[in-house]
Amino acid sequence: MSGGKEIKGQISSIKNTQKITKAMEMVAASKMKKAQGRMSAARPYAKMIKNVVGHLANAHPEYKHPFLVQRDSVKRVGLIIISTDRGLCGGLNTNLFKQALKKINEWKKNSIEVDVCAIGSKAERFFKRLDVNLVAQVSHLGDSPEINDVIGSIKIMLDNYIEGNIDELHLAENKFINTMSQEPGVTHLIPTEPSQEDERSHHWDYIYEPDSKSVIDNLLVRYVESLVYRGIVENVACEMSARMVAMKSASDNASNLIDELQLIYNKARQASITQELSEIVAGAAAV
Amino acid sequence: MTTMHLDIVSAEEEIFSGSVKNIVAAAMMGEVGIHPKHTPMITPLKPGEIKVITEDGEEHFIFVSGGVLEVQPDIVTVLADTAIRGEDLDEAKAAESKKRAEEALADKNDKIDAAKALAELAQATAQLKMIENLRKKSK
Repeated sequence: MSGGKEIKGQISSIKNTQKITKAMEMVAASKMKKAQGRMSAARPYAKMIKNVVGHLANAHPEYKHPFLVQRDSVKRVGLIIISTDRGLCGGLNTNLFKQALKKINEWKKNSIEVDVCAIGSKAERFFKRLDVNLVAQVSHLGDSPEINDVIGSIKIMLDNYIEGNIDELHLAENKFINTMSQEPGVTHLIPTEPSQEDERSHHWDYIYEPDSKSVIDNLLVRYVESLVYRGIVENVACEMSARMVAMKSASDNASNLIDELQLIYNKARQASITQELSEIVAGAAAV
Repeated sequence: MTTMHLDIVSAEEEIFSGSVKNIVAAAMMGEVGIHPKHTPMITPLKPGEIKVITEDGEEHFIFVSGGVLEVQPDIVTVLADTAIRGEDLDEAKAAESKKRAEEALADKNDKIDAAKALAELAQATAQLKMIENLRKKSK
């Protein structure tokens, strides 16, 4: 019987692959739940620090931090890009890189140069092939990233900004919308656009201890860090849900393939039985 | 007795949230005690304990490794750090991250990866071909 054995082998190898994709799907599903938990746990801090920075923007008159001041001409911008460390998560990274590239090309058209800070090994691999200036890189943050791990690379970008090497800082990240969809986007980090919310009727200011400059410096660095950290935590949730969906469709495809191959195998077996039978009958008739 | 709302949050989680009567924290310039209706204040915190007396008179001690304390008349916010901070430490981390970027750029043509990918591609193509053949044969 022709090909019967090969088809059998093929089916069992696809079955093995399917087992792996199924397992990955389940692992991703449970990790996604945890990542979503971390995402919501990180939310209060982001909200609070945003409030405080908003208060600050309304309060202090005498010291203007460079992060709050728009620069007249922009010659060079910084881009922090958050990607995953591992693949097999659908088009998550590719879509993000596409968005980032579009933005980079736009800047290059206006003869603005770009410094890139890559978070995650996928971004690192992608951007070192391109003609961009990779200034900082951090990867292998794991499933529960800590803010500790990213302080260094953010500091490089912020120092560059303060020294005037870059005039704007942007962040390319995936936004978690729901399990089925993630949206890549590039957002403007610093200088922060002044908030137009509640204009206070009376003039007031904080007591700064020890002085306004060091307090505000301190706070704004943390503000940027918290934004980037939030992006990283969100990216883990995106990665897990994208992987879950990708692995689910891989498992489904595998079952389709198995069904098809099973049919082919059955036909081949039927054909060989028919042939054997007719040979026997023909043999008996000849006797 | 008046109370104020206190939130202690770190980047990773929410640590405390609720109504309190009194807070004592280790600020950069020394210990500060905050009662409700305090004038607006903002200050960095040293690593240390924050003593919180809640509405019903319970005492809580919460350890933070630094952070920022913001005081509004009715709301107090502590943005706690989870990382141990310091100018030198941050500097070291920055240097490390930079080094990694340079290393990554140095080996621009990682041939091993490319070779591996090619091998995998060849294997996949062969498998696809085999399936095609099988389909044709069975028809």
